[in-house]
Amino acid sequence: MRHEVRFSGFGGQGIILSAVILGRAAVMHDNKFAVQTQVYGPEARGGASMSAVIIDDAPILYPKVANPDIYVIMSQEGFEKYGAGADEKAVMLVDSTLVFSRPKCRCIEIPATREAKQTLGRDIVANIVMLGALVASTHVVSEAALEKAILDSVPKGTEALNQKAMKKGIELAAGG
Amino acid sequence: MSFEDWYRQDRLPHIFCAGCGNGTIINCTLAAVDQMAWKKEETVFVSGIGCSSRAPGYILTDSLHTTHGRAIAFATGVKLANPDLNVVVFTGDGDLAAIGGNHFIHGCRRNIDITVICMNNQIYGMTGGQGSPTTPLGCLSTTTPYGCAETPFDLCELAIAAGANYVSRWTSYHVKELEKAVHAGLQTPGFSFIEALVQCPTAFGRRNKFKQVSDQVDYLRTHTMLKAKRERMIEQGERIPLDMFVVGELVRRNRPVMGGKP
Amino acid sequence: MTRTEFWQGNTACAEGALAAGCRFFGGYPITPSTEVAEHMAVKLPKRNGVFIQMEDEIAGIASVIGASWTGARAMTATSGPGFSLMMENIGYAAMTETPCVIVNVQRGGPSTGQPTMGAQGDMMQCRFGSHGDYSVIALCPASVQEMYDLTAKAFNLADKYRVPVFLMADEIVGHMREKIIIPDSIMNVPRRELIKGVLPFKPDNDLVPGFPQFGKGYGVHVTGLTHDERGYPCATNPKLHETLVMRLVEKIESARHGIADYDILNPGAEQVFIAYGAPVRTVQQLMHDHPDKNIGFLRLRTVWPFAEQALNKFKNVRRFLVPEMNLGQIAREIERHVKVPVMPLPKLGGDLHTPAELFAALEAQS
Repeated sequence: MRHEVRFSGFGGQGIILSAVILGRAAVMHDNKFAVQTQVYGPEARGGASMSAVIIDDAPILYPKVANPDIYVIMSQEGFEKYGAGADEKAVMLVDSTLVFSRPKCRCIEIPATREAKQTLGRDIVANIVMLGALVASTHVVSEAALEKAILDSVPKGTEALNQKAMKKGIELAAGG
Repeated sequence: MSFEDWYRQDRLPHIFCAGCGNGTIINCTLAAVDQMAWKKEETVFVSGIGCSSRAPGYILTDSLHTTHGRAIAFATGVKLANPDLNVVVFTGDGDLAAIGGNHFIHGCRRNIDITVICMNNQIYGMTGGQGSPTTPLGCLSTTTPYGCAETPFDLCELAIAAGANYVSRWTSYHVKELEKAVHAGLQTPGFSFIEALVQCPTAFGRRNKFKQVSDQVDYLRTHTMLKAKRERMIEQGERIPLDMFVVGELVRRNRPVMGGKP
Repeated sequence: MTRTEFWQGNTACAEGALAAGCRFFGGYPITPSTEVAEHMAVKLPKRNGVFIQMEDEIAGIASVIGASWTGARAMTATSGPGFSLMMENIGYAAMTETPCVIVNVQRGGPSTGQPTMGAQGDMMQCRFGSHGDYSVIALCPASVQEMYDLTAKAFNLADKYRVPVFLMADEIVGHMREKIIIPDSIMNVPRRELIKGVLPFKPDNDLVPGFPQFGKGYGVHVTGLTHDERGYPCATNPKLHETLVMRLVEKIESARHGIADYDILNPGAEQVFIAYGAPVRTVQQLMHDHPDKNIGFLRLRTVWPFAEQALNKFKNVRRFLVPEMNLGQIAREIERHVKVPVMPLPKLGGDLHTPAELFAALEAQS
């Protein structure tokens, strides 16, 4: 089953890293296939950043995301640019701390940035909160695979914090 | 051994004009190389394009006659990929300072362990006498028919400013001094730059009132001033004539070297 | 034991080069190829290799050629503007028969164009970009796996034929991350050494001379001037020049069957797609979604020398369709070799053709 996941937010939130972690979880730990792509602009910070992952049980031929069935949106500008046109059958996770609009499709509100700041003490891990919530609510990869991929990818010394962030996301998705 | 043992005899005669100063510079260089007791199979000559750049073709070692201006970039690859090799670059004023100016300053900046010999004849000889970045103000060439209106580069000052470990300047008249300078350059780790002013009777002398080859060599002799003398004159508040070339060892220092022997 | 990775195409390219024993990288940063250089900067010093960031792309390729003469497997990586700057020295590498690998992660041109968007606009430049007549080899990867495999292969081809070999990638395969299987080892075929006593530019039966590595006592003179078998300049002898240039061309063109690397699907089809690089993926998707024996596919990994013999395998073809991220550069090459219509399917702007676009082209009457 082919899943197309689109991430958007502002530069510096770890949007690209989120997509890489998700793809890595699928390929390295769930024995699936994945392709990760992204939009590159000249700005290194700020702006609306976008990255996408395709996950499938079979090899992926066409590598570009045409019609995402899953969205993870972490900024209002990202919503307007990359989320507003979502198909009605899609599901969208929004960081409700930063995104004010809501899509026509099913929407899961995760106060990721608020929780990252208040509960975990570091808003930098909001993207990992979103990843936890994404996996808990869509099961595109297994929670175990996601956890391993997060641990592979985050800076040394931040493993425990990121694990907590993932668990927080899973919790928030279950509660919502 | 002598410098003659380094020549590729089956390539002679060479293409240089009668009276050309390049042969003197090549002889001095090879004599200095010979004194280093380097093995031929461990020595590589690299050049770009122009009269001076034909020199490696007459030498028995491995040699790379490359594209216009790029000799130092090629030599950087040779030296970094095999630091055991001794790498010497022959170049000219156009090759080094016009089209190759960027590679020149970056070679100096990196202080890559090669020796660069520039035969500065102040003209493009091979293409028939066009102005170069070292053509003196007012001099005639086919592209400066009313006299060169551009201020020339001081190649040695450029090399010093960019960071070369060894810099000296002599002329084709100063054979013994030049040989010693090249030898010192070969011995100094890092980027060594030796500028040799040479006469070019065909493309420069003929258009600039040097009727005989010896007239231009004589000019080089009388228009050079030792570094020490120049410094003394400056100290005493004397005026240095603008058409004087400072000769001698201008820099010898010990900045960090890239690509040195292991 | 093979291992699985989730790598970016440019990382896979650098790793393929390292697996092939690449020991020297000289280059200059340029989007979208920079990750190749960055990866080499990390890895080469730890493997007894040399990474150097040169002052421009002209110097980058120059340093690569210099390194290659010391016997090192050497490469550079760039994109459009840097590729243009390299052209003179690429001709020098062809003339002096210097093995080297040049990676071009193609972006939209002309000029600065679209630094972060994919294109295939340099396919003719890689074939004909330097002045004079010569032949080269160009490979086009369509996946992260092929960024690895074809880069490694490029080194073997460069050494075997003593020629610049191009990995003509594009931003899409260069930047995407996907699953890749790393083999435990790859076959490296070393450069054939010159037999002592044989003239340095005297060709063997395959038209390729043995390699006289610097530092081994050959005393070889290498020049971009027209030269005889001794390597000595001889630029005014018409016959000598003709013989040399013909050999530089023939050593590649006469080996085109051996160099060719392509796949054929449905050889009995009447409509046949031909693609290389990223558009391969769209054709594959289309053929997966619409299984039909009447849709054929010639999928090229080697673009130069062009595998014209592969075109004859489609006995019933009525029309070739050629999706390219340029205005039809290879379509025109195909047109030279066939009598049936060739329909270019150009796409500019950086986006890959969609399967729907190719399906529409299939339905449209020529």
